[in-house]
Formats: sequence, C-alpha cells, structure tokens
Amino acid sequence: MTDIDERYEALADRVRDAAARGRALTIRGGGTKAFYGRRPAEDADVLDLRELRGVVAYEPTELVVTVRTGTPLAEVEALLAEQGQRLPFEPPHFGDGATIGGAVAAGLSGPRRPWGGAVRDALLGVRIVNGRGEALKFGGQVMKNVAGYDVSRLMAGSLGTLGVLLEVSLKVTPRAPLEITLVHELDEAEAIERLAGWSHHALAMTGTCHHDGRLYLRVCGGERALEAARRAIGGDLMPQAEGFWSDLREQRHAFFAGEPPLWRLSLPPATPPLGLGTTLHEWVGAQRWLRTDATAETIHETTRRTGGHATLFRGHDGTGEAFAPLPDALAALHRRVKQAMDPQGIFNRGRMYGWL
Amino acid sequence: MQAVPEPHEGSDTRTVSAAERAALIAALRSVLPRDALLTEPEELRSYECDGLSMFRKAPLLVVLPHDVAQAQAVLRICRERRVPVVARGAGTGLSGGALPLDNGALLGLARFDRILDVDARNRTARVQPGVRNLAISEAVASLGLYYAPDPSSQIACSIGGNVAENSGGVHCLKYGLTVHNVLAVKLLTMDGELLTLGSQGLDAPGYDLLALVTGSEGLLGVIVEITVKLMPKPERAQVLMASFDDVETAGNAVAAIIGAGIIPAGLEMMDNPSIRAAEDFVHAGYPVEAAAILLCELDGSNEDVSEQVMQVRELLRASGATEVRTAQDEAERLRFWAGRKAAFPAVGRIAADYYCMDGTIPRRHLGRVLTRIAELGAEHGLRVANVFHAGDGNLHPLILYDASHAGELERAEALGARILELCVEVGGTITGEHGVGVEKIDQMCVQFAAPELAQFHALKHAFDPDGLLNPGKAVPTLHRCAEFGAMHVHHGELRFPDLPRF
Repeated sequence: MTDIDERYEALADRVRDAAARGRALTIRGGGTKAFYGRRPAEDADVLDLRELRGVVAYEPTELVVTVRTGTPLAEVEALLAEQGQRLPFEPPHFGDGATIGGAVAAGLSGPRRPWGGAVRDALLGVRIVNGRGEALKFGGQVMKNVAGYDVSRLMAGSLGTLGVLLEVSLKVTPRAPLEITLVHELDEAEAIERLAGWSHHALAMTGTCHHDGRLYLRVCGGERALEAARRAIGGDLMPQAEGFWSDLREQRHAFFAGEPPLWRLSLPPATPPLGLGTTLHEWVGAQRWLRTDATAETIHETTRRTGGHATLFRGHDGTGEAFAPLPDALAALHRRVKQAMDPQGIFNRGRMYGWL
Repeated sequence: MQAVPEPHEGSDTRTVSAAERAALIAALRSVLPRDALLTEPEELRSYECDGLSMFRKAPLLVVLPHDVAQAQAVLRICRERRVPVVARGAGTGLSGGALPLDNGALLGLARFDRILDVDARNRTARVQPGVRNLAISEAVASLGLYYAPDPSSQIACSIGGNVAENSGGVHCLKYGLTVHNVLAVKLLTMDGELLTLGSQGLDAPGYDLLALVTGSEGLLGVIVEITVKLMPKPERAQVLMASFDDVETAGNAVAAIIGAGIIPAGLEMMDNPSIRAAEDFVHAGYPVEAAAILLCELDGSNEDVSEQVMQVRELLRASGATEVRTAQDEAERLRFWAGRKAAFPAVGRIAADYYCMDGTIPRRHLGRVLTRIAELGAEHGLRVANVFHAGDGNLHPLILYDASHAGELERAEALGARILELCVEVGGTITGEHGVGVEKIDQMCVQFAAPELAQFHALKHAFDPDGLLNPGKAVPTLHRCAEFGAMHVHHGELRFPDLPRF
C-alpha cells in the first residue's frame, strides 16, 4: 500500500467510525466558500482535507488533469497556465487557500461558463469515500465514458453532502491566443436585446457583463478574427481588461461591495429586466446578481415563472434556506439520493437544505 | 445501520402467467386507445431487438402511448402489478438497451414526436423524446442554429434515446456529449410521478440529477420531454486529410495538434482495413496504401479557420504525415467525411457480419492497444478494422466474422470482451458512447469493484425501489459478477485487491 492509499484508507476509517456512531462530519477545504449555502450542523466533527494535496496525473495533450482535492486551486491553475491551458469553468476562489475540491463541491463557475461549460461539464471522474466509508472510483480520465451512472457529475455542486471527494479528474482547455474586451453604453433592456442578437452569430465570446448602463463583452480569437469581431460588434476597446474580469469573478467589483443581501438569479438569458432591484448581469443574462429588499417569496416566485431559480448568495446567517425550494416529489427524491450515498446522513448535514 | 438496498435481482426473470397477462391487457385497454396497445405475436415481432440484432426477444406486449397522461397510466398499472417496463425510442441503440423482456411491457415513445417550442432568443428547443436527432437541426436551420451532438445514426435515432444513452458523435471533442447540450428533462418515475430536472437557465437548485439521469439507459425513469441547447452554425468549416505510414505516428500527430492549443471540431482516424473498405464503397479519394489517415475538421470564424488550417497542415507534416490534403471545396469536404461516415456499412460489405466495439482509451496508449487488438484478432482467427474518434480517445474496433460459420459469432463475442478488458487495463472504459445495455454487462464487473456496483444499485433503488425499469441492463448484479469474476480471479486480474469483496 502506498502512502496515499493509506491516507485514503485512514479517511475511509474515520467515515466508517462516524457512521457507526451516527456522528456528523463537516468536510472542509480552504473554507473560502463557507458563506455559500447553509451552515452545517454545529455538533459535527471537522474532516479537513487540506493535507490531501498533489497532482496525480496531467497529460496536456489529452486535456485532462487529475488532482487530489486538497490541492490549492491557485496551484492547479498555475500548473495548467505553464502549458497554455486552463480550467474551462474559470472558478471563483473567494479568498486565499481555495482548494480544487471546494471548487468542485461548490459547483460555482466564472464568466466563461456559457461557452466553456460548468464544473459538472468538465468533471470526468472522481474518487470518493461514501457514507458507508467505502473508497470508490467513478468515471475516469477520458472524455467519453458511459459505463455506469454518472456519479462524478452528481458530486459537482453537491456541497459535500454526498461523499468525501479524494481525487477529481477534470477536462482542461487551451487558453485562447488573444482576448479583448469591448464596451458599449446601453441600458439593461437594450443590452439583453443586443446580446440575444450577437449570440446568434458564431462570435467567440468568453464573457459578458452588464451593470450601470455599460455592457462589457469579452471576445477571443486570433488577431484577424478579433479585428472582424470588432467590426461586427463595435464599442470601445477596454485597456487592461484582465483585472476587470478577475474582479468580476471574485466579486471584488464595486457592485458587490453594496448592502447585503446578495441574490443570484439563474434565468433564461433573454429574460427581460425583472425590476426587482439593482442588478449586475453575466453569462449573456443567464446569471444576474441582485440587490433588493423584496421578500424571498417574491424573488423565488418571479424567477420560477421565467423558468429559472434564485439563490440567497450572501448576507444571510446560514440558518434559513439559501436555495430555491424544491417541489415535494423532487425533494423526496433528493432525500432518497442522499440516503443512497450517505445512509446515516453524516456528511455536511443541513448544508444544502435544512431537511437534507 | 440501515440495510444496503438489495440489487434489483429477479424482476427480469419473474414469469407472468397467461391469466396475469390477460388481466394486464384488460387494465391497459381501459386507459389506452385501441392503437396504443399491441399484443398479437406478429405485431410484437418488429420490437424484438434494437440496433444490436444478435440479441432478440419478443416483449410481453407493446404500449405506444400518445401523451404523458397515457404513459403515466401505463407506468402506474405496471407498477401495481410488478410488471417490468422497457422504454424504447427509435430502436437504433447498439448495446441492446431496448431489448424487450418476455415478462415486461415495451414502452415505445415513437408517438412523442413533436417539437413543442423553439425559443430563438434563448437558443433552446423543447422537444418530445421521439423527435429524431437530425429533425431538430433541420427545424432550426433557418434561424442559423443547430443541435450539436451528431451520433452516426442521427437521421434515425431519437433525442430521448440520445439522453438515455448520453450519445456522442464526431464533434464531441469541441461541442460535448448529450449531457453538455441538454438543459432540462421531464421524467416519469416508475410510480408515474412527473419530475422536471434541470431548468430553462444554465443550472438548477439541488443535486444535478439531470446529469445522473443522462446516460442511465432507461433504468431511472422515462423521459417525456427534453429542452436542448441550440448552437449558432459556425461561419466556416474546413477539413484536412493526412496520411501516415503507421498508426502510432498518426496518434502522435493528434497530440501535436491538441498540444498546440487547437481544438478541432472533428478529429477522426481510420486504419488501413477501414480506409480500403470505405474507399471501395464510396470512392472518397482516400489513399488505400496508407496505414492510417486522419481527418481534421476546423470550424469557427473565417479568419481563425484560415490561420488554423495553415497551422495544422504544418503540424501534420512535422509529425510525419506522408501527405496532407485540404478539401478544395464543400463538395470535397463532404466527400472526405462520406468515407468516414460510411465506414461501418463499408466494413459490412467486406464481411458477412461485423461486431462494433466502443471502448475509450487514453490516446497515448493507442499504438499499444491497436497492436494488441491485432494480436488478439489473430489468436481468435478474426480480422479487425478500426475507426477512432481520435480527439477524445473513443475507439471503435469492428470485428469481422461470418455468423453462418459455426463458432464464429462466439469467437467474435469472446474477442470483443477481451478488447474491452484491454481498454480498462490501459485506464480507459468499456463504453464511450454506445452504452452497456445487455451487451457489455459482464465487462462492467471488470471495470467496477463490488462496492461501486452496490452504489449504482443504491442509486437505482432511490429512483425505482422495485427495480421495474429496464431490469437486467446496464449494471450487473453482484451475483452475476461473482460468477463471471470467478474465471478472472485465477488469472490474477482482480482489481483493487485491497478493497473488501462480497
């Protein structure tokens, strides 16, 4: 048995022991996304994964990296950057010490998401410990794999409630040769119209943001393609735009410094302005950040009618519900799925929903 | 400690008496119009198999509901009577996922054939599961949009079947599989409950059950509506064809292209037997002496495609291609593709029968795997032609045999099983895009350890506690693996020897 196998086995032992005693476990990486979702049960033991570090395999020409989940996200990104590659979902860090495991468990994606895909889209395989304390392996290091249920993708965004992530295999993508940002002065409704039109053309967009009468568009490609895109889109070229997009991703943009609470709306992109409060749009309009004094019921009901959903993202005390309520039958299925992975309900109890 | 749910053993083998069948038919008649229930042997015959015709079985009966309410009623009646249900789309699947059960109802979704809504502004389409894959792209072509996943059977296969199998195609490397191109599904559970998974936005609250259901081969629910993502058609597409003296060099050329930061829309490799068969059949202009050819399609903006064509041509030459040709016009581009797309039927012309495998391997092992496949073929006395989705490592060895020669079918199946096990040995998988179905169920025991299979069964139990949806497919029982595994353990091939076995 190698050193790392022993550590995996030791983790599995701890889980078996907790399951036998019915003792809750809070899984912890860098703790940078502890604000997201609900606060887990207080009488839980902490399972800290930050020692579980290291790259297991990285084959740039196969576009796959396999990493232990306690590895700092910044380290993974630096490794990929050396080879001119990146994580396609451009995950937010939300502080120093963010880990790759935390990024996968939170399932949050950055400005590139509508084109590069979400965390779950890039997640090709996992090694986990389930609630029975069994070390299991699902998926693999290949793009196409339909053997068995897709347990890997189920883990993305499950907030550590289904199992302990040990290793993740992720699809990576090449960095674009060049990226530029173009700025237009437009109000919210006009911006949504324009974006719906541009999205019909095969423009290589990699980010959009609308706030306070300005629409920012990030486009990638070769030099000549970018010239053509500028002719097609128009607008002013933003100098040194890289900082703008990383500030947006990390919520350091001035909009995010406002008064809590902060809501995240996920909508069909061309949804007209909802008029609920002050907004900042990303993802061609499919992700909208909202500051409002409207009630949770109003926000959930308004977004539900568009075919989307809302999340109370920041500025709550972690004791109420943060995510949109689920219909009864779907909630019942969530309980059964949780039970299938974690029969004693020991992992991150109450982190996603109070009843889960 | 709560009990681990038992795997769904038994519901595929329980016998149904004539009296039970008659009572079931009467119950179904009361909720279905006359044309939605088939019970006569000659009516059932056309449902005996799907695209994997070596497995055949007549269903107990066939139901062809017209709407969700009828499908719900059928499921409730079957659930009450403990009758298994096998859902079927267009029946083009290649792994026997829609193989009927002689004690079960076959639920055909062919009449769910309407495109319900095209939302041009949000670039989505809401469709019923029986809509053909290509029909979606045809319906939105005038908007400059298309549905990206293009399995080779796209003129016939249904979108519901695509979701059930998580189908791929030749453009997956750049545009993803079905799972990347579906936003939401409506799903009926075995007790007739209608659930919506996913949303009309880019994500949904709670667990990603949409991802779990995609590729679940009809074991978790019956999909009755799908919202797909539509893509803008690229401004331009260009194809290059490169010839190589050996397959390993061709594999290295693929690595060179991707290593240079280029993601081709399609990147396909064919070996010499496939090249010859395709050239004889469609006269695509392929070099019949080459050991391998690579087809590389680049798409995007006019300017980027022009730059990348030059770059890829240089990379191919530097990687040892003996000849590189760029399609001169759209007609030649389509001709280059015609050979690749006709590879299966072309191989069908040079052998009485062929058996198509579907492993995925890390591409760096391509040379080793192809050499070993040739050796295994020789050991089994059978020829193998290979086509390869080179960009994503998905390998389709086509085993040539003649079913009219005694023992050849069995030798072909044995060779196929060895090839899949080889894919697992090098770190790959037994199926990249065709699914497990009944065909690869024993190889699941090679790829997964017992606790992993038990986890699959526990998830199945969460959706379908009585194990009535497509039982006996996709995930083997531990009992079956114990029997199958017994012959492997003495070769010392037991995986994860450190894990407990039961």
